[in-house]
Amino acid sequence: MGAGHAHKLYRHGHSPVHDLPPHCKIAAAFCFVVVVVSTPRESVWAFGLYAVLLGAVTALARIPAGFLLKRLLIEVPFVAFALLMPFVVPGEQTHVLGLSVSVPGLWGAWNVLAKGTLGVAASVLLASTTELRSLLLGLQRLKLPPLLVQIASFMIRYGDVITDEMRRMSIARRSRGFEARGIRQWGVLAKTAGALFIRSYERGERVHLAMVSRGYAGAMPVIDEVTASRAQWAHAAALPVLALAVCLLGWTL
Amino acid sequence: MHVPDGFINAPVSAAAGVVAAGAVAVSLRGARRELDERTAPLAGLVAAFIFAVQMLNFPVAAGTSGHLLGGALAAILVGPYTGVLCVTVVLLMQGILFADGGLTALGVNVLDMGITTTVVAYALFRGLLKALPKTRRSVTGASFVAALVSVPAAACVFTLIYWTGGTTDIPIGKVFTAMVGVHVLIGIGEALITALTVGAVIAVRPDLVHGARGLTSSLKLRVDGELVDAPARQPLAPVAARSHRGIWATGLVTALVLAGFVSYYASANPDGLEKVAADQGIDKKTEEHAAKDSPLADYGVKDISNARISGGLAGVIGVGATIVVGSGVFYVVRRRRTQDAPDDTTRAGENV
Repeated sequence: MGAGHAHKLYRHGHSPVHDLPPHCKIAAAFCFVVVVVSTPRESVWAFGLYAVLLGAVTALARIPAGFLLKRLLIEVPFVAFALLMPFVVPGEQTHVLGLSVSVPGLWGAWNVLAKGTLGVAASVLLASTTELRSLLLGLQRLKLPPLLVQIASFMIRYGDVITDEMRRMSIARRSRGFEARGIRQWGVLAKTAGALFIRSYERGERVHLAMVSRGYAGAMPVIDEVTASRAQWAHAAALPVLALAVCLLGWTL
Repeated sequence: MHVPDGFINAPVSAAAGVVAAGAVAVSLRGARRELDERTAPLAGLVAAFIFAVQMLNFPVAAGTSGHLLGGALAAILVGPYTGVLCVTVVLLMQGILFADGGLTALGVNVLDMGITTTVVAYALFRGLLKALPKTRRSVTGASFVAALVSVPAAACVFTLIYWTGGTTDIPIGKVFTAMVGVHVLIGIGEALITALTVGAVIAVRPDLVHGARGLTSSLKLRVDGELVDAPARQPLAPVAARSHRGIWATGLVTALVLAGFVSYYASANPDGLEKVAADQGIDKKTEEHAAKDSPLADYGVKDISNARISGGLAGVIGVGATIVVGSGVFYVVRRRRTQDAPDDTTRAGENV
C-alpha cells in the first residue's frame, strides 16, 4: 500500500523518458495537447506529424505499440459519437460509399477523432512512463495546492483498498444468491454503497488518528525533493516545441 | 460525459479552467471548515469511495446498465465543499492516469461534472429541507430530487459550454435535446440510487450524513427543573478565521474579466475557421439554408453573414454562464455563512 505500490498503469523501465523529472513531463504533455487542440483541422498533415512525434516518444520510452493501442481503447464511446456527426450536422452534402453525409460533419468528426486520440495517447504515455507517486510530486512542484495533492494521494493509496472492499461485498452478495437484474435490486446495491461509504469514512478517521499520533500537523513532509536541471527541461520541451512548429506551419500554410 | 481533447476549443477550455480553479480554491477553504484538520485523509478516502462507486454498475431495463456520477451523493454525505474537492480529484486522476477526459478539457469536466452537480444538488437539497418537516424521510426525498435535477443541470451546462466553444457546429437545439433527454433518464437512476444510499447511511450512522445534521435535536440541560439549551460545542480549531469575502470577490471579478476577454477571443476564432471554409465554396449553402427553417437557425448557423452576430452571442453566453456558475457557488457559500452565524455566536464574537 505504501510507496512501492506499483500500479498496473505504470510500465516500469529505464529510458530517457522514464528518467525525466515528473513535472517536466506533465508540463510537456499538457503543452503538447494545448498545441494539438489549437491546430486548424484543415491541415490534415499536421496531425500526421503529431502522431509521428508521439510515435518517436513511444519508441524512445521503449513502450510496445500494442500496450499503447490497448490503452487507447478508452476512447471508444467518443468514436461512436464522432461517427454520428456526419449524419446529424446540417450543411453541404456529399456521398461517401453510397451514403449521404455532410461535409462540416465530416470535418467535425475528423477534428474530434484526431485531437481526442492524440490527447489520449499523450496522457497514456505520461501515465505509463511516470510512477503514480512521482506524478503527484510533479503536480505539487507545478504548484497544485498541497491539500489537493494530499487528497489525491490518499485517494490513490486507498482506491485499490476501497475497490477491493466493494469487490468482496459483491462476492458476498453473489454467494448468497443475489443477482442484479433490474430496478428491484437497486435497494441492495444502494445499501452496498451506503455500507461502503461508512467503511471508507471510518477508515479515513482511523487513518487520520494514526497520522496525528505519528506527529502529523497538517502537511506531509517531502523527503525526495525532485528538481529539474536546465537540460532536462530542454529535453522535455522538445516535444511541445516541435509540435508548436508544426502548428504554426499549419496556420500559415 | 467525460469531454475529450479537441471537443471544446482552446480559449473556452481555458476560461472553464479558470472558473473551475476559482471554485476549487473556494472549496479548499470551505472543506477545512467542514472537516477541520482531517481534510486530507477523510476527503481522500471519500474520493476513493466515489471512484469505487462509479464502478458500481446498476442494471437498467433491457440489459443495459448505468453508473453513478456521484456529485449529489458526495455533496449530501460530506458537504458541498468536500464534495466538490472529492469529485474534482476523481476527475483529475481519471484525466491524468486513465486518459478518461482530455487534459485540456479538465476545466470543462470539473466545471460540468464536479462543480455543477454538487452545487445544484446541494442548493436544492438545502432549500427543500427548509421547506419540508425535519424527518429522515424528507432527507431521503430531498436527496432524490437534488440528484434528479443535478444530472440534467450538468447536461445543460455542458450544452452552454458547447454552444460557446464547441468545435463542430451541430445545431444547438439538437445538442440540447439529445443531452438533456439522455441525462434526464440517467438522472432518474442516479436519483433513486442516491436517495437509497443516503437512506441506508442515515439508518446506520445518521451522524455521518452532512445533510442530515439538522435532524438531531439539540442537547438540552435541565437547570432548576427547566429545560435549557446546552451551549453550542466550541469548534476545535477556527482555521478560517479571516474573512474571505475579499478573496472571493477578486476571484469572481477575475473570472468574469477573463471569461469576457477570452470568450471575445473565442468568438473571433470561429471567424477564422469560417474564412477557411468560405474559400472552399459556400455559395450554394446559403440557398440550401433558406429552405431549412429550423427554429434555432439564427444561433446555430455560422455562415459568413451571421458570423458577427453569433460571435457576439457566444461572448454574451460565455459571460452569462460564468455569472450563473459563479453566483451559484457564492449563493451556497453565503447560505452556509448565514446559517452558521446563529449557531456559534461565540466564534463570531472572536472574529470581530
